[in-house]
Amino acid sequence: MSESDKSVDELIKSEYKHGFVTDIESDTFEPGLNEDVIRRISARKNEPEWMLEWRLKAYDAWKEMAEPQWAHVKFPQIDFDAISYYSAPKSQENAPKSLDEVDPELLRTYEKLGIPLHERARLAGVAVDVVFDSVSVATTFKDQLAKAGVIFCPISEAIQEHPELVKKYLGKVVAQKDNYYSALNSAVFSDGSFVYIPKGVRCPLELSTYFRINEANTGQFERTLIIADEGSHVSYLEGCTAPMRDENQLHAAVVELVLLDDSEIKYSTVQNWYPGDENGNGGIYNFVTKRANCIGKNSKVSWTQVETGSAITWKYPSCILKGDNSVGEFYSVALTNNFQQADTGTKMIHIGKNTKSTIISKGISAGKSDASYRGLVKFGPNADNARNYTQCDSLLIGDKCGAHTFPYIESKNKTGVIEHEATTSKVSDDQLFLCQQRGMDAERAVSMIVNGFCKEVFKELPMEFAVEATKLLEVSLEGSVG
Amino acid sequence: MLKITNLHASVDGTPILKGIDLEVRPGEVHAIMGPNGSGKSTLSQVLAGNDSYEITDGEIILDDQSILEMPTEQRAREGVFLAFQYPVEIPGVSNLQFLRTAMNSIREYRGEEEIDAVSFMKKAKEKIKQVNLDPAFLKRGVNEGFSGGEKKRNEIMQMLMLEPKLAILDETDSGLDIDALKVVADGVNALKSPERSVIMVTHYQRLLDYIVPDYVHVLAKGKIIKSGGKELALELEEKGYGWLGIEDE
Repeated sequence: MSESDKSVDELIKSEYKHGFVTDIESDTFEPGLNEDVIRRISARKNEPEWMLEWRLKAYDAWKEMAEPQWAHVKFPQIDFDAISYYSAPKSQENAPKSLDEVDPELLRTYEKLGIPLHERARLAGVAVDVVFDSVSVATTFKDQLAKAGVIFCPISEAIQEHPELVKKYLGKVVAQKDNYYSALNSAVFSDGSFVYIPKGVRCPLELSTYFRINEANTGQFERTLIIADEGSHVSYLEGCTAPMRDENQLHAAVVELVLLDDSEIKYSTVQNWYPGDENGNGGIYNFVTKRANCIGKNSKVSWTQVETGSAITWKYPSCILKGDNSVGEFYSVALTNNFQQADTGTKMIHIGKNTKSTIISKGISAGKSDASYRGLVKFGPNADNARNYTQCDSLLIGDKCGAHTFPYIESKNKTGVIEHEATTSKVSDDQLFLCQQRGMDAERAVSMIVNGFCKEVFKELPMEFAVEATKLLEVSLEGSVG
Repeated sequence: MLKITNLHASVDGTPILKGIDLEVRPGEVHAIMGPNGSGKSTLSQVLAGNDSYEITDGEIILDDQSILEMPTEQRAREGVFLAFQYPVEIPGVSNLQFLRTAMNSIREYRGEEEIDAVSFMKKAKEKIKQVNLDPAFLKRGVNEGFSGGEKKRNEIMQMLMLEPKLAILDETDSGLDIDALKVVADGVNALKSPERSVIMVTHYQRLLDYIVPDYVHVLAKGKIIKSGGKELALELEEKGYGWLGIEDE
């Protein structure tokens, strides 16, 4: 083993910093899934009849479906009857009206995670919605947003307060039957965020949601729906963490974005679910369906993701470019270490005329991990003058990891232009030696090189989250070179 | 400053250095000359701590302590700088970021505060001018797309920023035109002080017209076979290595 491999190994041995468990009393359903469980979830939420019916329809569909096998990941069969589909901190049973009523133990958890709701939100001007296991705990800055006409609330609340919007758009971007996990999510989702930006409004704050899995043996199935009405603009960020546990936990979320004429949504994710230990035990299965539909002309959606966590990531934030002149962007950094596996990428479906898409994907593999980019670019028959630019870069650290690229291109229109560039590189011993000869230790050198590699994506993140992403990358790489 | 005694080193089991003795005192400039394959570059790499080379015997003392067990970065923090013969590229990492990370690593080791952004920029702009590169290079990736001469000048720029006490130039003159050679020489001469020492590894005498050495050593087959003053270099230039009974491969 060369010296640099040794340091790669050491870097890899860093510890997950969000791995604590909060000792809090929970109302958790016994494991297992059947119609009764779905009725009980719906009842806990005081849902209207139409919502329950919607869930049951999804459950019926799910029962008939099979798990997808095409992803470049390996894991043992999931026992869906060993998972609990609902968990809520007990103190949430009478949901708090304001932050002051939130259980202090919960607030301390978020402080440990680096999200002191009060200060941080206020300083940063970020409105935060926090989802703990299955329920939404607190939404800050509600009043300020309300003045602008922006609705930002837990989706369970939106179902009660804004049923017309929910009915109109829920499941319209990601159909219940879209895939196995979206059907499951549609049946059992318990909470998530809802955002509505009215016509012509530029959301005055960055909106943000933090997801946290705390209970053992629970799955988290959040549902996010964002609607940008004509000429509106919003920037939204989500962050995710979970305790360290030996068994795998399932996270199957659905995110739907709706964009009307001339609107813009910027959706950023920093995903740091527990990745499992250095021997590949435990960790989150992150099977997520995220899609945006640019219904309106001149609309623009931008997905930026930094994925460092999860044992397995299976995620393709996609853009349906239906409106003429609409624009879809996908910027991704996916880092895998130890035994992590990631199969991630995007789909750009060009339907309208003059639609444009950009894909910048940066995969970093260290340890014994495997990272795959899987992307589809599709030009429909009416997508005149559509354009796509794709750039897929892979960086390998050490010699036991893998990087794969699976690009799919389908064009039914002769006027389109598709460009695809791909590179694979390795952090070389010579680069490390140069950095060390200039005084840096191997860890700092690798982190600097990796950050340089990801620069094009990081610059798309909102400022403070770019800093967070840089730090996260550093932590995730700790011990990966020597 | 630096004392090398009976140094033996091999790579993949093949002995390259076969008993080097060399003493460099503060303020001195030493030139190490010799034909290709004599072990000149190996000596530079070994001094910098490249672990592809195995030290089989001997000792290297820097300021009264052995550096044989010191990792590369610690030697660098103690003031050893190597200007590479073939500088590598680090795409995406700007020169500024690279230099700042390097400087702060060294400062941290010395128990000093991180350099503030204003003084850092001021110094970087001053030094980049000194090596006659456009300040736009500061924002470009380390050596990314640089020409051979630009890479060498960038090495000198890094040296001027880090202000090492022992600078080792590994064939920095190779492949340079006369203007670039002068820039490199000016950089090295600007760094010279009674506390700093320089080791120049070179195949040709012409660099020594611009950086005048106090001592010249001839390395052949892993050993120093002759040492002398600056006139030795001129003699070599005139008579060739064959004069010393060795072949220039």
